[in-house]
Amino acid sequence: MSRQELLSPEGLRVDGRRANELRRILCRASVLNTADGSAYYEQGNTKVLVAVYGPREPRLRGPVQHEQATINVEFNVAPFSTSERRKRSKGDKRLLEVASFVRQAFEGAIQRSVYPRSQIDIYLNLLQHDGGTLETCINAATLALIDAGISMDDYVCACTAGFIDEVPVLDLNAVEESSIETPDLTVAILPRNGNIALLQMESRLHSDKLEDVMDLAVEGCKHIHRKLDEAVLAAASDLAQKLNR
Amino acid sequence: MLRNKSFVKRTRKGNIVRTVKEHYLRDDITCGFEECSHKVCADARRNAEKSGKPTAGDVNPAAPLSASPRSTTKWGLHYLVPDTNAFVNQIDIFERPIINNVIVLSTVMDELRGLSMPVYNRVRAITRDHARRWFVFSNEHHRETFIERSANESPNDRNDRAIRTAVIWLKAHLEPALITPVLVTNDEGNLRKALEDGVDACRMDEYLRVYSEHPELLDMMGSVSITDRNSEDSSWSGYPEYLSTVQVQAGLKANALVQGTLQIAPYNYLEGSISAVFPDGKEHRILVIGRNNMNRAIQGDRVAVQILPKSQWRKAPSAALVDEDEDAVPDVDKKTSEDSPTGRVVGIIRRNWRPYCAFLDPNFVTKGARASNAPTIVSVLAMDRRIPKLKIRTRQADALAGQRFVVAIDSWPKESRYPQGHFVRALGNAGDKATETEVLLLEHDVPFQPFTQNVRADLPSEGADWSLDLERDQIASGKRHDLRALNICSIDPPGCTDIDDALHAFELPNGNFQVGVHIADVTNFVKPGTAMDVEAAYRSTTVYLVDRRIDMLPELLGTNLCSLRSAVDRLAFSCIWELDQDANIVDVVFHKSVIHSKASLTYEEAQNRIDDPTMKDPITKSIRSLNMLAKKLRKRRMDAGALTLSSPEVRFRLENDSQDPVDVEMKALKETNALVEEFMLLANISVARKIYQHFPDSAILRRHPEPPAQNFCNLQHALKPLGIELEVGSSLALAQSLDKAVLPSDPYFNNLLRILTTRCMMQAQYFCSGTHTPEEFRHYGLATDIYTHFTSPIRRYSDVMVHRLLHASIDREAGYGSVLTDKNKMTEQCDMLNHRHRMAQQAGRSSVELYTNLFFKGKTVEEPGYVTQILQNGFGVLIPSYGIEGVVYTTSKDADSSIPPALEYDQAAHELVSPKKDISIALFQRVRVILQVDNKPVSANVSSMRRKLSLRLIEPHVPGISPTDTEQKRIVELVTKHPDKVKNI
Repeated sequence: MSRQELLSPEGLRVDGRRANELRRILCRASVLNTADGSAYYEQGNTKVLVAVYGPREPRLRGPVQHEQATINVEFNVAPFSTSERRKRSKGDKRLLEVASFVRQAFEGAIQRSVYPRSQIDIYLNLLQHDGGTLETCINAATLALIDAGISMDDYVCACTAGFIDEVPVLDLNAVEESSIETPDLTVAILPRNGNIALLQMESRLHSDKLEDVMDLAVEGCKHIHRKLDEAVLAAASDLAQKLNR
Repeated sequence: MLRNKSFVKRTRKGNIVRTVKEHYLRDDITCGFEECSHKVCADARRNAEKSGKPTAGDVNPAAPLSASPRSTTKWGLHYLVPDTNAFVNQIDIFERPIINNVIVLSTVMDELRGLSMPVYNRVRAITRDHARRWFVFSNEHHRETFIERSANESPNDRNDRAIRTAVIWLKAHLEPALITPVLVTNDEGNLRKALEDGVDACRMDEYLRVYSEHPELLDMMGSVSITDRNSEDSSWSGYPEYLSTVQVQAGLKANALVQGTLQIAPYNYLEGSISAVFPDGKEHRILVIGRNNMNRAIQGDRVAVQILPKSQWRKAPSAALVDEDEDAVPDVDKKTSEDSPTGRVVGIIRRNWRPYCAFLDPNFVTKGARASNAPTIVSVLAMDRRIPKLKIRTRQADALAGQRFVVAIDSWPKESRYPQGHFVRALGNAGDKATETEVLLLEHDVPFQPFTQNVRADLPSEGADWSLDLERDQIASGKRHDLRALNICSIDPPGCTDIDDALHAFELPNGNFQVGVHIADVTNFVKPGTAMDVEAAYRSTTVYLVDRRIDMLPELLGTNLCSLRSAVDRLAFSCIWELDQDANIVDVVFHKSVIHSKASLTYEEAQNRIDDPTMKDPITKSIRSLNMLAKKLRKRRMDAGALTLSSPEVRFRLENDSQDPVDVEMKALKETNALVEEFMLLANISVARKIYQHFPDSAILRRHPEPPAQNFCNLQHALKPLGIELEVGSSLALAQSLDKAVLPSDPYFNNLLRILTTRCMMQAQYFCSGTHTPEEFRHYGLATDIYTHFTSPIRRYSDVMVHRLLHASIDREAGYGSVLTDKNKMTEQCDMLNHRHRMAQQAGRSSVELYTNLFFKGKTVEEPGYVTQILQNGFGVLIPSYGIEGVVYTTSKDADSSIPPALEYDQAAHELVSPKKDISIALFQRVRVILQVDNKPVSANVSSMRRKLSLRLIEPHVPGISPTDTEQKRIVELVTKHPDKVKNI
């Protein structure tokens, strides 16, 4: 049967973007009052709500570390997030995997030794799914952590890139992701020093092409960094206005 | 700007869900006009120039539309904007190079993808050719031309409106340049609305009238309804209606219908069959016999078939040949005990129509006088006998008589007895060598166009002056071994220009031998993903015809840079073994190398060197060692059960200037042929093991399945009276019994038996190792457990892929396409290779047939022959001295069916027997036949248009089939009068 044309010879993708374009990003910090920090983040039709609690006293004694804070990430997918409803159990391996990736990405960026014997909880809720779950989760969590006032070395910005018809392609949506032939690489960086916090890919990509795809993803991360920065500034000026009033 | 596309769709499980997709609208979509002054368009044009994309001539690919397009009095300068149906119906016209400056809307492209992928691909191919100046305007993503579907609007109406909106925008956009977009549509409603909107629009035929200098364009109009009441008889009530798609799907699901690809018998176009899986899980062959049951399905169509009740099942009418006029075929109606299921076509799942080579039906009489330019309806016959007669409308009926041309089928309405089509292009006079060669290339789907500019651009820039560069070719870095000092030579047939392979051998100090096979390093020049690679993959193989060669790779590579000629440095891929005295492999290594061949020998020269004891130079010594080892290898292979098969191969001696055949000779084999073959087999097997070890899922291998024992039934039966037993239990048993099957009275008999045994074999095929179990890898004919093709990368694409796999398995850093590890893509490519390979073989055979006919034109020859095939109404005869085969018909063409045939088919004995039982024709029988090619004018009858060699039986004399005494006398006279024209052995 006819395979869907993911990248037309005119250089446009199924949704009308060019290969090097991100989806539209909308984000806001401080959306929940009860949490210490929170953020709502959407990238195209993928929408995530994050709540951060902490640093606080660990509920359980087990994971306590005496010299630094422990980070706990829980990832939850709303049953209405995809067009076909599917109930997922809490122990779903895919969910645990995403949570663990997010934790790894932040363990290096959060100044954990500032908060010994405490715990930082990040609750991720995927409200709507259209590809790029991991990248949206990381970006949203960055915003929420900053909102919570947790000391960090830098933002953590993530972006995906793939490789379609010999062309590196930025920020895959669900249609592009679901094609078996498309490799899907997620990169998270600390934008100021360019260090890589996370690099994840499950499909096969020839090593010759890896560099091009990664460069593109890093470009995307830098763009996202500017967007997140704007959101932080907006939240800060909002707060400042409230204080001055 | 962002808009969400939201629609409801049904999932595979049957749930109804709502799907939401993003849809970004853009401001930076350009119009494609090369001198557009709008800022967006001008910027994009400049960017494209700067980025240095390959520009063809002076055309900028980002803006190919010319500033001076075709101009007419009605519209002035204009661009064409066809709608979807215009493409679907008239794609043949749009492919003509005179139709340029066309804007294709992305709405149309999307619709085409849904309607017909072949048409979509053809449109895409045109847009890639920058010289045609076609442009795809992405109106669906343009902020100002995107429209939302309104309530109560069907998707079709929405798309029509989108097309009109885009044309309105283009009109305003191009206004300053005084160029008008003209919408081409055959949809009345759309046309009217477009004119109301103030857009220029017209019907396709209206537009084509503008091309008064190309009247044939109007002939190429598809989908013009052709009603020819006179020729349809009144008793004809039309074909049954097809079931709707939903009914067909439901029927298939409920097992009330079965689906399969219709295969028409090569001898009777009213007899088809499909092979389908029944609910019980077994595969059955279902016969579809007769015009009404076939219900407008054509060879290769995927059809849904309803099984008829058991009372209507019949026996498969095995091999009844029909030579002459198609209408005279009586519906076969024989009922016997072994019935096979029959069925009728109730729906078409997918059409498989392609352009067909055809000629005017000579029996078709044009009625009455007519104006020279008025269109008439004529019936045409396809060269492929499996295709029914076609009706086309043409203004050039007179010119087409005696010509070959291409036609395409448009439709087959149920009221029409024959499918309706249109003329595509003329090929030339029938019987003309050039024309007939083109016909056979087209009919065998052989791509034979010259290489495009894009492909040639991938050749090394130095051209023929290419020379070795120690840095670039990685010799300095040690990745490529320098073997220029070795005494390497090549052995090939005389006149060979594409030398794939070269060999060397010498004795090592420990008494073993080092033997090297060096294969042209094609992949060094053909990098994966380049235009040249894509083209080579598409062509898949070089096709050898009698008088020409259709190359897979451009000539510069094939016969020069990759050809391992003597006395020049050439890059190679070497396979080097250490063999002991008994030719056992002690060690094998593979590496890229550079060689300097010391001599290019022919088989004969190499043989002479072996035989001449005075020759003691290193090359000769090397050939002698190779020969010694080859004999041992061969012995071992034979002991393992490798088969020596035979085919009646001939070579034509062509007259130099006209390329007319002047003589026929059999291909002769020498010991040195076997020498080269033996080492090529060894290399192929060693490479197959290596690539399978490194790529267990995606190695390209070649297998030859074991033939089922019943394939040999007829052969074994015919051999019994001769006292010969054919053992078919294993290839070894078969090889041994073939060796024993010798008749002292007839030296040719063994050869004949090998030819017939070959026909019982299965086809060898390429496959991807991940798709079969290792037990199925066996190559039956060569008696080896694994095999591939590595030794001819110049002329086979399979070898190119194997080279890349091998390179990747010896050098981890080697750059190779991601395709190599993709099982699905490899399987796809294997199917392509198998198809092209089969077609190339058939094309080669057809070419020999064509030349045979040319050779016998005007000659009459009496020759001894052997019966090779028994059919219901004829038998096949092989004439060894020419290596040709023909059919002697036992039913005369002008005899009506009431006269009993001169020979009856006896099924039990698989023989043809005369009514008095005094004469019988059986397999292997020796007969004498007269060969001639009808030399009548081309339009005389159908068989002369499909020019065939005709055979007439002389001995044994069968009344009714053999020529009568008077006829014989005439032939004898001919023989004595023109001894120069007759060759009698």
